[in-house]
Amino acid sequence: MARVSLENIRKVYPNGAEAVHPSSFDIEQGELIVLVGPSGCGKSTLLRMVAGLETITEGTLTIGDRVVNDVDPADRDIAMVFQNYALYPHMTVYKNMAYGLKNRGLPKTEIDAKVREAAEMLSLTEYIDRRPSQLSGGQRQRVAMGRAIVRSPELFLFDEPLSNLDAKLRNQMRIEIRALQRRIGVTAMYVTHDQIEAMTMADRIIVLNAGRIEQIGTPSDIYNQPASTFVASFMGAPPMNLLPASYNGNGVATIAGGSEVKVSTSGSYQGGVQLGVRPENVSLSPTDRANPLTFELDLIEELGASRLLHGRLAGHSFVVNAPNDADIPDGSIFLDIPQEAVHLFATDTGKRIN
Amino acid sequence: MADIAETIATPKPAPTPKIKWEAVTDHAILIAGALFMLLPVLATFTTSSHDPVTIHREGLQLAIGDQMGTNFDKALFEKGGFTDNVNGITMLMNSFILGIGFAVGKIVIGMMAAYAIVYFRLRFATFAFWIIFTTLLLPLEVRILPSYEVIQSMGLTNTYTGLILPLIASATATFFFRQFFRSVPEELVEAARIDGAGPVKFFIDILIPLSRTMIAALFIIMFVFGWNQYLWPTLITTDENLFTLVRGIRQIIQVYSDGNSIPEYGQAMALAIIAMLPPVLIVVFFQNWFVKGLTESDK
Ligand SMILES: Nc1ncnc2c1ncn2[C@@H]1O[C@H](COP(=O)(O)OP(=O)(O)O)[C@@H](O)[C@H]1O
Ligand SMILES: [Mg+2]
Repeated sequence: MARVSLENIRKVYPNGAEAVHPSSFDIEQGELIVLVGPSGCGKSTLLRMVAGLETITEGTLTIGDRVVNDVDPADRDIAMVFQNYALYPHMTVYKNMAYGLKNRGLPKTEIDAKVREAAEMLSLTEYIDRRPSQLSGGQRQRVAMGRAIVRSPELFLFDEPLSNLDAKLRNQMRIEIRALQRRIGVTAMYVTHDQIEAMTMADRIIVLNAGRIEQIGTPSDIYNQPASTFVASFMGAPPMNLLPASYNGNGVATIAGGSEVKVSTSGSYQGGVQLGVRPENVSLSPTDRANPLTFELDLIEELGASRLLHGRLAGHSFVVNAPNDADIPDGSIFLDIPQEAVHLFATDTGKRIN
Repeated sequence: MADIAETIATPKPAPTPKIKWEAVTDHAILIAGALFMLLPVLATFTTSSHDPVTIHREGLQLAIGDQMGTNFDKALFEKGGFTDNVNGITMLMNSFILGIGFAVGKIVIGMMAAYAIVYFRLRFATFAFWIIFTTLLLPLEVRILPSYEVIQSMGLTNTYTGLILPLIASATATFFFRQFFRSVPEELVEAARIDGAGPVKFFIDILIPLSRTMIAALFIIMFVFGWNQYLWPTLITTDENLFTLVRGIRQIIQVYSDGNSIPEYGQAMALAIIAMLPPVLIVVFFQNWFVKGLTESDK
């Protein structure tokens, strides 16, 4: 259980592709950090460099108080859970978990105790003599976890460990993994492309885009203060509405082709912006005010707990998440956008300005 | 009873048994093929139960005679040849040594070569593979003279090594194992690396057990292939103690050309039957493995 530190880590593949631009961050002891981003953004590459499965082109990687750039994966004191489980098909559950310990020359009795303890913890005891092919997806996933746990490593690495499971099992395993990681208090790095997984599991989230870190922060930071339009639209479901607008630098933004919106801001930026509002922060306004935000409804999507109204605001497509009990008038709908729910991003850089 | 009478009285219109000519033709062809393959074997077997004089006078026999025991006994245990010191058992042993040695040698070398090609970043791995691959076009029969030269100059004529080694040198096993190894998921290799398994451990603990059906299938094919070798053993062994069964049969018939006695046809037939049995038995008993190895892989 150690602190992990990445300093200007960079990866260029032999074919010249720069998969990870120089990136730096620290993982605190016992923290679960989630790397999230769209497919191909370099999450796996980053994780695999930490694991030692890919060479580090530049930068310094420290696990505990050792620089491990050139240390073999087996000696980094890490354990990894793979997307396809990567269990040894010809070995029983027991042997799968014991293999890493056996290679490290632990005495048989100690191996046995550790494997049985892990099996107990993961409710795998009754399957201990089965082969992976005789297990369900969730059980295989647990065996993969067990193989990582028995080693009591400094650092756990997960590469999209849940993406082969069905939705229900995924939710359940998400909670199990999180609980387990808390219980044993191990530092963990978790890669996923699923923003819900990231939001629910992480102590801190790192959002990656095209090999660069867009933002590092707690789930609530990421949700409430997205650092860029990329983070704003990637995190959150349904995604944040982004409207082209201009900002006068003084608390009022004007949506292109439409009305003015009040903004709480401290910056001094002036000019073209993307105005962001989360669908769940918009409310339906009963009356038409002096300066109304008129919403033209196209389609209602029932979610059960609420309803998504798809339509247009000042000609730009816009989504509102309305409570079930709200009546939806025919014809024009008027919206209320609270001042503190408005996010502004500079048009040219995509960076947050308020 | 009434019911039955009724059903008989009113036959359903549909099932007028039509002769499907296609099926008949197909089956006729298959049966003809099967007979074509099996009759010689059967004739060999029945003929092996007659004494040489009968066979010499009347040709192949299709009925069982009374010399079966004698012929098989002599074929196996009577010492023969020019030097009168090899019997059927010795030749059987030699055949087994050739078959097993060839199969094992080929699998071991093929696996190791494939392992190197697939898992190590060798400079010319692909090139090396294609070089090995092209040897498929050069079976021993094509390169038999140079091979003989080499083996002879190494003083390996009339040794098991000389018998087996040149046969091993070809690419089939390497090729099959390469294809198989490439289908083993990359993640498995990485998991093993993290689990602290070095190249040798990975090979022995993971790759070999994963390949076991493949190994079994190749073993069967290679064993039969080695067992049936004729040309190379004929060339490289002059010492009768190293004769294989397949050669021994010919040796018996060859007495004929010496002209001073009737060849022991019965014994030759008996020996042929004995020579056929091990490959057949191996295929029969291991056919499950065989089919599995060629069609499925449990990864
Ligand atoms: N072995 C490789 N050689 C060259 N390029 C690679 C290799 N592996 C990945 N890449 C490239 O690096 C980028 C990041 O890949 P990866 O880290 O696997 O993304 P992610 O896991 O986020 O989906 C991708 O553009 C991918 O095409
Ligand atoms: Mg990936």
